[in-house]
Amino acid sequence: MTNKQKPTIVWFQAITCNGNTHSLLSANSARLELFLNSFDLIYHPSLTVDKTLEDILNQKEKIDYLLVEGAISSNKDIFALKNSTTNDLLNKLALKANYIIAVGSCACYGGIHKKFEEDKTISGIKENINEKILKNLKHEIINLNGCPVHPEWILQTLFTLKAYGKISLDKEKRPIELYSTLAHHGCTRNEYFEWKIEGSFGEKEGCLFYEQGCRGPMTHSSCNKILWNDISSKTRVGMPCIGCTENDFPRNDMLETKKNIGIPQDVPLGISKRAYLSLTGIAKTFKIDRLNKKLME
Amino acid sequence: MISVAKEIKKNSIIENSLKLFSTKGFYNTTIPDIAKAMKMSVGNMYNYFSSKEELAKYAIKYSTNVLAKELRNVNEMEITSKEKIYLFTRRYLQNVTKSPEVVEYFLRVYLSNREVFNQGCEGFICVGEFVTEVMILLDEGAQNKEFREQDFFPAFAMIMGCLGGFAFLSGEKVLEKELLFYSDAVADNIYRALKYDE
Ligand code: SF4
Repeated sequence: MTNKQKPTIVWFQAITCNGNTHSLLSANSARLELFLNSFDLIYHPSLTVDKTLEDILNQKEKIDYLLVEGAISSNKDIFALKNSTTNDLLNKLALKANYIIAVGSCACYGGIHKKFEEDKTISGIKENINEKILKNLKHEIINLNGCPVHPEWILQTLFTLKAYGKISLDKEKRPIELYSTLAHHGCTRNEYFEWKIEGSFGEKEGCLFYEQGCRGPMTHSSCNKILWNDISSKTRVGMPCIGCTENDFPRNDMLETKKNIGIPQDVPLGISKRAYLSLTGIAKTFKIDRLNKKLME
Repeated sequence: MISVAKEIKKNSIIENSLKLFSTKGFYNTTIPDIAKAMKMSVGNMYNYFSSKEELAKYAIKYSTNVLAKELRNVNEMEITSKEKIYLFTRRYLQNVTKSPEVVEYFLRVYLSNREVFNQGCEGFICVGEFVTEVMILLDEGAQNKEFREQDFFPAFAMIMGCLGGFAFLSGEKVLEKELLFYSDAVADNIYRALKYDE
């Protein structure tokens, strides 16, 4: 499918588990169709396309959108593609690109691969792209954080760029439109959060903040507003938010709430610990029958 | 708007009633007793508090907020958590010396007449500010690894039980020396119970 009118996309995979590709393929089918009709996805290593990575590297034409999935390393012994490091390939591709989008936590910051202790070169794309190349881009690098990123966030970003040529970013370089609210917004467990009623993994009732490590109140993401598969989210099915859209992901012991003498170490964004503790101390006093019962007996 | 004059008057009613409640007990103290101590008419008293129960709840908030302010002030200092325990213990015992009725009220009225406080003063509602400051003290101590990890309530009870118990001994006049003489030893006990073990 080649059409000169449509902006071209190259999806480059570096050190990755393929999760963001899976995510893209699970997009709402009508949206995915619209996407494929609006852009020309000239290269993706997991999809049937006419070109090889070599063809792309050899082509003279510019790439409109370079989407990168996975972390980057400059150490050949760790990871190589076609006998080149991912750092090398990334720079060659970046030289041809108008826009670069880091798709997923690994491309943004190195993600889980950065935890690999035997190699210190693994990091996100920003640290790996040559400064001079950055100046020639039409836009600063866009971070689509998430592990994986929501497919709709990829599509919305691309459609916005196609229509307006630019997109507003927050200080982590994430699109504001998609990352300005917290995962906590729109969570169906908010009432349990207010009254400090803890739930358990996989259950419909209760909030997962107090024991299970839910990071919803401190994680910028629209997971509970733009639902996954149009119907769900981690917290809706009883899995705590693990804060995968923030730059400190993955943290250690993600499914438990870090506490000091029984007091949560981190409190929701925008409130002091003192204020939070006095508020919750009072909320906890009340036992609201409706919320302490099972929703369905 | 709450008038400042009215608030000042309310506080002085509380201070007087704390003295009466802590010596005569909650049930043996009547509104006319308090009015008499205030040199006010009984009718006028009701302009400030609609009932003795309401007054009792105000009094517990008032008296624990005095301590909460002390502890907040200590919490905000740039000193170690150990030093905070010592300083707070000293200030607490100084308060007991200066206004014994405040602690007496807590021990003899608030803790012993729970039925009076069941509605509107449940749990930590009326003592929330103070409990919050203890939480901050413990949380910071554990975060900077001066205190060991443990459940909140045993740690909280360790501090409050120790301080309250000492105030009780002082109230019963059984201590051989002046209350403040024991301050560092009490603080040391509290600190040892909380401290991080290697
Ligand atoms: S489960 Fe998480 S996101 Fe949902 S209300 Fe609780 S803290 Fe917020």
